[in-house]
Amino acid sequence: MRELTKAIQETAQKLLQDKEVELVVGFAKGSLPLRNTPCFIRQPEEAQKLVWGYGCENNLATYLRQRPEKLAVVAKGCDSRSIIELIKENQINREKLVIIGIPCQGMIDRKKVTRLLAGRELLKAEVKDGQVVLMGKGFSETVPCEQLLHDTCLTCQHPNPVLFDIMLGEPVPVKEADSFADLANFEAKAPAEKRAYLIQELSRCIRCYACRQACPMCFCEECFADCSMPQWLSKSSLNVQDNVFFQAVRVLHLAGRCVDCGACDRACPMGIDLRTLTHKMVRDVQELFGYTAGVSLEERAPLAAPVSSSTLNHF
Amino acid sequence: MLLNKDQLINWLNKLMQAYQVFVPVKEGDYFCFKQINSGDQVILYYTNSKVPPKEVLFPRSEKLFYYRCENDGVQLTEQIDESKKIIVGLRPCDAKSLLLLDSVFSSDKYQDPYYLTRRNNTVLVGLGCNQPAATCFCTSLGGGPFATEGLDLLLVDIGDRYVVEVLTERGRELLSGMELPAADQEAQEAARVVKEGASLSSQVNLEGLKSKLDVNFYDPIWDMIHEKCLGCAACTYTCPTCHCFDIVDEAAGNEGCRIRNWDACMFPLFTLHGSGHNPRPTGKERFRQRVMHKFKYFVDNFNAIACVGCGRCIINCPVNLDIREVLAEIQGSEVRSDKQ
Repeated sequence: MRELTKAIQETAQKLLQDKEVELVVGFAKGSLPLRNTPCFIRQPEEAQKLVWGYGCENNLATYLRQRPEKLAVVAKGCDSRSIIELIKENQINREKLVIIGIPCQGMIDRKKVTRLLAGRELLKAEVKDGQVVLMGKGFSETVPCEQLLHDTCLTCQHPNPVLFDIMLGEPVPVKEADSFADLANFEAKAPAEKRAYLIQELSRCIRCYACRQACPMCFCEECFADCSMPQWLSKSSLNVQDNVFFQAVRVLHLAGRCVDCGACDRACPMGIDLRTLTHKMVRDVQELFGYTAGVSLEERAPLAAPVSSSTLNHF
Repeated sequence: MLLNKDQLINWLNKLMQAYQVFVPVKEGDYFCFKQINSGDQVILYYTNSKVPPKEVLFPRSEKLFYYRCENDGVQLTEQIDESKKIIVGLRPCDAKSLLLLDSVFSSDKYQDPYYLTRRNNTVLVGLGCNQPAATCFCTSLGGGPFATEGLDLLLVDIGDRYVVEVLTERGRELLSGMELPAADQEAQEAARVVKEGASLSSQVNLEGLKSKLDVNFYDPIWDMIHEKCLGCAACTYTCPTCHCFDIVDEAAGNEGCRIRNWDACMFPLFTLHGSGHNPRPTGKERFRQRVMHKFKYFVDNFNAIACVGCGRCIINCPVNLDIREVLAEIQGSEVRSDKQ
């Protein structure tokens, strides 16, 4: 981690010094334990703020749409896949973007930490040799990193950036193909049970739209949820059905575009399980169209491509 | 007075006969204030609730009135919630936030009947914070882990018992028929130890902040400080003092109802005019508004800062945009002219 941090700082500094870019988007140290925070560096001497670690969980592709300046971004596997989709959707000018690829070891899920600590407050944490030491008032617990990674990281097939201009660090081993095992329970449910599960989860939704805002692919000029003439979606939260409707439309808008980075799930302050829906949709797109988002600049997204009769046969 | 912890459930059950009782309950991995129908649902070992108890008085979505268009006009049926409520276990910071909301909903210009009716019918039983979180900075805002402002009763957890501090007559009435013993010297000593042990590690420096905000509307700091903000409402919707709302009609055919919903200055739609013009077109203006509203405009209007230091915005921000750091950056920034 320390070597990667140093390499990122040096690369950013050089890019800014040589005026190859005006801005570097990366991560700085966060204000909470196990947390890093997106940061924007414009001066070479500020490059030392950049860090790399297990808390770089945000998808930085979110910040790259339609930027006027030439810029560089620190990109892990999922960020690079979102970048690919955004390039294909003409949201990012490839000529003006330098991608600093970082092999990703997975990011720590602070919700899992909270669950593990069961009421004890995390005040400090250290990550060393695949172990996380969680410290607080009167306790110190050592847990294997693997136990605390985001579910999206545990099934991630592209920890190494798919598209990059500069690659830092050694590639990390790629896991076995995603078995979608986490979906077995959900898929086995009868339709009414599925609906009941979604209603139960989404009854906690406060409509803060953090899921939408955190997603690099949610960039409609006007979101259907904000339309008032006509009003597609009730503005009030009195009816849980509307929360389900919002999430269902959001997820379907992402069909064939979602790279399963988990940004929506991580952003939700209410801890709603959004990933079951997105992961299910990713699986369906793979099965129906043989398409995985964000792995090729050339292959057209299924719903952007003409639908062939053989594809239709799947339905 | 002294309340044994095993008496708490019975007390809540008793209160339920006369009041709608709201307490912190576990929902998923977090705690939220919900109306309970049995005292044993209460959980008082939480640090802070995910959504503040302001939603009991100022609901996320609230029906104001029903309407029905008829041949000879419109028939209106107003909805004012007159039920008696009690919130048990709210933190001193959340109690303070309600005093701030009072300024908004009860002013010389306007008295909001929906909020005020609920407010006047609601009794507040606080729970002191033995272990404030690392993100709490209430003392910087004039509060404290055992502050009593705005509360009717305060519970101080001393292990197997609560020392109950009676703060108002309404509070005293809640305990009628309970025949609680007075807090003996040992209990008082235990309460003192607990109070002294509740230290806050986190602070913000507010000295001179207002005078800086008075003149830095065009300061270049705003160009940068918001950059990572995603423009979601996780901060505002979990903030105990944020109170902006939107009013919409939800209609079906000839009838419908008018609903007041939480809204947020972080959304572009919040200020979008019918003409298509938006006076806060980018994240910069929206983020500046949030900071200005809390630390300048609210002070101008009500002589109080609209922040109680609960730390929820810090915990819930998806990109770790920390208000403590924002304020520190503003404090460190050069004060520039208020001319563009």
